[in-house]
Amino acid sequence: MCLAIPGKVRKIFDDRTAEIEIGGIVKNASLELIPQVSVGDYVLLHAGFAIEVIDRGKALEIFRAWEGKVD
Amino acid sequence: MKYVDEYRNKEIAQKILRQIKGISEKKINLMEVCGTHTVAIFRNGIRKMLPSNINLISGPGCPVCVTPISYVDEIIALSRKEDFIITTFGDMIRVPGSTSTLEKEKTDGADIRIVYSTLDALKIAQDNSSKEVVFMGVGFETTSPTIASAVLKAQKDEINNFSVLSVAKIMPPAMKALLEGKEVNIDGFICPGHVSAIIGSEPYTFIATQYKVPCVICGFEPLDILQGIYMLVKQIEDGRAEVEIQYERAVKPEGNKIALDKINEVFKMVDSDWRGIGNIPLSGLEAKDKYGKFNARKFEVEIEETREPKGCRCGEVLRGVIIPSECPLFRKACSPENPQGACMVSTEGTCAAYYKYN
Repeated sequence: MCLAIPGKVRKIFDDRTAEIEIGGIVKNASLELIPQVSVGDYVLLHAGFAIEVIDRGKALEIFRAWEGKVD
Repeated sequence: MKYVDEYRNKEIAQKILRQIKGISEKKINLMEVCGTHTVAIFRNGIRKMLPSNINLISGPGCPVCVTPISYVDEIIALSRKEDFIITTFGDMIRVPGSTSTLEKEKTDGADIRIVYSTLDALKIAQDNSSKEVVFMGVGFETTSPTIASAVLKAQKDEINNFSVLSVAKIMPPAMKALLEGKEVNIDGFICPGHVSAIIGSEPYTFIATQYKVPCVICGFEPLDILQGIYMLVKQIEDGRAEVEIQYERAVKPEGNKIALDKINEVFKMVDSDWRGIGNIPLSGLEAKDKYGKFNARKFEVEIEETREPKGCRCGEVLRGVIIPSECPLFRKACSPENPQGACMVSTEGTCAAYYKYN
């Protein structure tokens, strides 16, 4: 029930809602929990609300840590 | 980068697994307390990948499952009132109360509607101003800000026929109750990623400092879970107990301040009953008095006497004391088609996950 899915912000409207694309499907969501968000950002969508913006830099760290690692 | 498939890379998964195998041969019990983790662990076959000394235990991570039967009876009683519309997330509709379910009540004519968002429930209230619209407020900290937002919007837009029957719950006190219960030896917690996106890492600190149990906040893709397990095993082997964040792309140490402010504005912490665990001090959320008109407990209802399903061992499953196959009803009297307890109803319930994937 605490499922939240990453989606890309496509459009932001004046009423702080947005169109968010998840795997080709576009959903409307409220942005009121994450005011600082731009078109093109990825957010986590939970029950009609974007609950957090995904940090791209942090997202890549796992690959940096493991890809070059020799066993 | 779409933040999904990249985290399913088999080569990196193998590398992490080899490291996990190399670190420790100790017998280690790790508990996950999020139903989404429970399902992700099964779906990706993570238990089978791990060395036999690492045992994953499912805890009380499914909000539907930890909702007491008396609360289901309470919402059923409300659904029987004249001119009431009950709105709920889909997971709750088949959960058995003492003698009925919302699904049965709907068949018998009650107006029960499944919504995707609390804002959909609010819209139903706007469109049906002559009726009372009650939202069934089940969920952990991930969901609570969305409930708080709906209440604040109802206040602002004067939607006075909207209310919430809250059994919203807070996870860290339940983790404390499990540690205090001492029924299961927990060596580390796989902490819930999306709950933590809201609350941050600080609320788990007491688990690491007072109970000396390592905590790692994890994401939900296979690499996230494996890396989280690696971090936990490493802490255990190093003799450390800290709160670490594996899911850094979504979780900040301080959480989401706006969401927390909304929760704190609308709700107060109250003692709350957890199915299978009992009453846990300050583990639930109820609307503050200033938002009392949006609290559905203002309506008087007669609630039937609670009847637990005979033989159902949901409680012990939720505490991680037994696995579902140790319940005499599992796969016999209890199946997803004919669930006896909530753990078999919700797709995130431990029994339903065992049934589907084992």
